[in-house]
Amino acid sequence: MNLPATEALAISARGIQKRFGAVVAAADIHLDIVHGQKVSLIGSNGAGKTTFVNMLTGFIQPDEGTILLHGENITGLAPRKVARLGVARSFQIPQLYKDLSVLDNMLVAVASQHNNLSFWRPAKNAAAIARAQQLLERFELSQHAQRLVGELPGGVRKLLDIAMALTRQPKVLLLDEPTSGVSGDEKFPMMETVMRALAQEAVTVLFVEHDMDIVERFADRVVAFYSGRIIADDKPAAALAAPDVRRYVTGTLR
Amino acid sequence: MTHTTSSISHTRIIVAGLGGIALLLAAGIVMPKWLNFLLTLAAANGLVSLGIVLLMRSGVVSFGQGMVFALGGYAAALAYGKLGVSDGLLLTLIGGLAALLFSLPFAYLIARYRGIFFAMLSLSLSMVLYGILVKSEVLGGSDGFNMGRITVAGMRPTDAWSGYTNYALTIAVSGIIAIAAKVYFDSTRGLLALAARDNEIRVEYLGSSVRELIATNYLLAAFVGGMGGALAVMALGHIEPNFSYWTTSGEFVFVAILAGHHSVLAAFVASAVLEIVRSFSSLYFPNTWQLALGLFLLAVIRFLPRGIGSLWEARRKQGAPS
Repeated sequence: MNLPATEALAISARGIQKRFGAVVAAADIHLDIVHGQKVSLIGSNGAGKTTFVNMLTGFIQPDEGTILLHGENITGLAPRKVARLGVARSFQIPQLYKDLSVLDNMLVAVASQHNNLSFWRPAKNAAAIARAQQLLERFELSQHAQRLVGELPGGVRKLLDIAMALTRQPKVLLLDEPTSGVSGDEKFPMMETVMRALAQEAVTVLFVEHDMDIVERFADRVVAFYSGRIIADDKPAAALAAPDVRRYVTGTLR
Repeated sequence: MTHTTSSISHTRIIVAGLGGIALLLAAGIVMPKWLNFLLTLAAANGLVSLGIVLLMRSGVVSFGQGMVFALGGYAAALAYGKLGVSDGLLLTLIGGLAALLFSLPFAYLIARYRGIFFAMLSLSLSMVLYGILVKSEVLGGSDGFNMGRITVAGMRPTDAWSGYTNYALTIAVSGIIAIAAKVYFDSTRGLLALAARDNEIRVEYLGSSVRELIATNYLLAAFVGGMGGALAVMALGHIEPNFSYWTTSGEFVFVAILAGHHSVLAAFVASAVLEIVRSFSSLYFPNTWQLALGLFLLAVIRFLPRGIGSLWEARRKQGAPS
């Protein structure tokens, strides 16, 4: 298989290792992700998916190995520095400001898109409000703009969390279990909304997911983890049919 | 479009602020002297509490603002006594800068801590300063030392206008700082600092440094607290180590809690309320005025848990266009 040049790769993880005491969370992981791909990371609980995402965003540091973002080494950088270089993320439990309205949450995100925060420029200026409203519209959240986040249902919170992550126009977007806590009926419409909104951005998407129907429908590529190792890396149909994935991830092979 | 909106927003704040200053300056001329003095101290102390409000907005509370209050006071009094600087405005700036410079080495260290650890570290710094001041014979030890009358624009006020001069200077400086603070509260940096109070993780993942936001607010709090100390010393004509004692810091925290973290004006209103309650309580219940003060705070916490500022901030938000 011919791999593209390092710069064309959105993410290039080389020899990543991470242990928590006796537990191996990442064992010599090599993973290249081409710009623009939608990659789903799957695996049972404790397989190492979220650890991998946390290492990509600088929340935890790998014991060994290198992570490149479009050819630039981001290993060991703090989350805010990784964010400034173009990696954004949403969270399994949405990280929002529950006492603020949906619009004000977006304004916080819009305010932070400038690296040099101003003592003078009002956070609620016309351009910021327009940008916030544009993103809310794209995520079909406009009707919730004035509601307090504390009053919102889980699916709407998830969408807001992702919309906030998108304000910096990141090169790579990591979605940690975007449909967890969302009812079965809402999962597909929600992911449709997310993917429609992301279609307007030149962004590479990695999403951690447990629902294999969602994975099959929305991913270009599936990377399966088991015990800190990658056990499959292929197109969705092929990856989900792999014996190791059926045995250790989906549980359809005993 | 953005610049126009910004200009309108700032113009409104500046015009309202300057109008308020002019009104208070005019009222000061006809006010009784005791009220003049009371409001001078309230505004000077309000600056220190405004510093705590700044910190509260980024999720931390300092129990050691007595340190910057004392630093500002001692710096102004020493500049007056040893260097012959008598201009009130210059002495105020000296007080602010002295507190800022002294706080600079601690800012990034203390910004690593949260909750009770931040509070106790700030308290310990102020008590170290208190210990040094009490033992420093050259600074008057526990008795402190006196400071003479200030000048403004090269003129020394007569006895009759001395109190008003201090009042006018304190109101003008506090008013300008209040305007600047309001502009800052509404700015992108101000909003991010407020966001850090609720959710640090999100702020970091949006690309901003919470530690830097807190360290900046700590330094701004030091600067305004130092100016408050200088202004208080000019009004009192005396400085002593008690400025840095923990009970003094506690009073500033009391005012900040009374004010809440939503409004700049509330810090000054709460400071004035404290001075009024203290004056009348000590007049009518000389032995139990602290009890009256405590009951008053309990009532505020019970009925206005978000502070005095929530009275008009909530109303303003209800009336604001969406």
